[in-house]
Amino acid sequence: MSINATLIGQMITFSLLVWLTMKYIWPPIIAALEERKVKIAEGLAAAEKGQEEIKLAEKKAKSVLKEAKDQSAEIVSLAQKRANELVEESKLQAQKEGERLLEAAKAQIEQEMLQARENLRKEVSALALRAAEQILKEEIDKAKHQDLLNRTAEQLG
Amino acid sequence: MASEGGATGYIVHHLTPLSVGEGFWTLHLDTLFFSAVLGGLFIWFFKSVAERATSGVPGLAQNFAEMIVEFVDTQVKDTFHGRSELIAPLALTIFCWVFLWNAMDMLPVDLLPMIGSVMGMEYMRVVPSTDLNGTFALSISVFFLIFFYSIKVKGVFGFIKEMTCTPFGPWLMPFNLMLKVVEELAKPISLALRLFGNLYAGELVFILIALLPPVVQPLLGFPWAIFHILVITLQAFIFMVLTIVYLSLAHEDH
Repeated sequence: MSINATLIGQMITFSLLVWLTMKYIWPPIIAALEERKVKIAEGLAAAEKGQEEIKLAEKKAKSVLKEAKDQSAEIVSLAQKRANELVEESKLQAQKEGERLLEAAKAQIEQEMLQARENLRKEVSALALRAAEQILKEEIDKAKHQDLLNRTAEQLG
Repeated sequence: MASEGGATGYIVHHLTPLSVGEGFWTLHLDTLFFSAVLGGLFIWFFKSVAERATSGVPGLAQNFAEMIVEFVDTQVKDTFHGRSELIAPLALTIFCWVFLWNAMDMLPVDLLPMIGSVMGMEYMRVVPSTDLNGTFALSISVFFLIFFYSIKVKGVFGFIKEMTCTPFGPWLMPFNLMLKVVEELAKPISLALRLFGNLYAGELVFILIALLPPVVQPLLGFPWAIFHILVITLQAFIFMVLTIVYLSLAHEDH
C-alpha cells in the first residue's frame, strides 16, 4: 500500500485518455447535439410559421369570400335596377306607340270622313242634277231647246 | 477460496497487487493493466459513437453516449462559467473512467484472480480505485491543472497575492500562506482518499462476504452489490463534480 511509480504510469494513461477525449470524442458528439438542437429549433419555427400562414390564408379567404358576396349582391341589385328601367322604358314606348296608333287611326278616320263627305256631296249634287233634269225634262221642249242641248252636249263631249 | 493462511491470508492476498520492481520503482501491473483496458474500452465506445454521430435520429449507442455527455456537460455548465476546451472532456473522462474502475468491484471477487492464478499470476487486485496510486494519479493530475489554471488566469503575481494575502490581508501573510497551502493540498488528498476509501472498504466487504459459508453469501452479497451500484456511480460523480468545482475556483479571479 505504498505510493510508487504506478502513479506516474497512471498519470500518463490518464493524460492520454483526456487528450483523446478532448480531441476525438467530445467535439463530434457535442457538434451532433448542437446540430440537432438547431434542427429541432428550426423545425419548431417552421411549424409555427406554417400555422401563422394558415391563419393568414384563412383570413384572406374570408375576406375574398366577403368581397365576392358583396360584389354579387351589387350585381344583383344593379341588374334589378336595370330591369326596372327596361320595364319603365318599354312601358313608355308602348304608351307612345299606342298614342301614335291612335293618332294615325284618328287621321284615317278624319280622312275617310272627308272622303265620305265628298262622296256624299257628289252624290247629292248628282241627285240634285238629276232632279233638276227631271224637272227640266218636263218643262223643256225638245225642239225648242234642241239647239241648247246640242250645244251643251258638244261642250260635254 | 484459496485458504492458505486462513481468513487473514485470504484478505491480504486479495488486496496485494501484482507488482514488479523494488522500492519507488515498483509497478502495480494489475492496476496499470486494468485501468488501461478500461480506458481503452471507454475510448473505443465513445470513439465509435463519435465517428457515427449524426444530428438525425440517434441509435441506441449514440443515445446512451449522448445521455452521458449531456449529463456531464450540464454539470460543467452549471458550475463552470468560463470558457475552456479542456474541462468538459476532462470531466467526461474522469466520470467514465472512475465509474469503470469502480464497476470492476461488481465482478465476483475471485473470478479474475482465479483466472490469473491459472495463468501463473500470484496476486491480482482487479479494482484500480482500490490502489492509492490510481486515485492519486487522478487527483494529482487535477491538482496540477488547478495550479496551472490558477497561474494562467490570475498571473504569477495574482496567484502569489491570492496565496499570501487572503483571507486575512497582507499583515498576516505567513498565516495566510499556511492556510492556503493546506487548503490547496487538501484538495487532491481528499479527492484521492475519498475514492480510495470507499472502494477499498467496499471491496473489503465483498471479500469478507466471500469468506462466509456459501449459503449466506448471496443473502449478503446481493444487497451489498445493489448498494454498491449506487456507491460506484456516486463516487465517480463526486470525483467529477469536485474536479469541476476546483477548476472553476481556479478560474475565478478575486
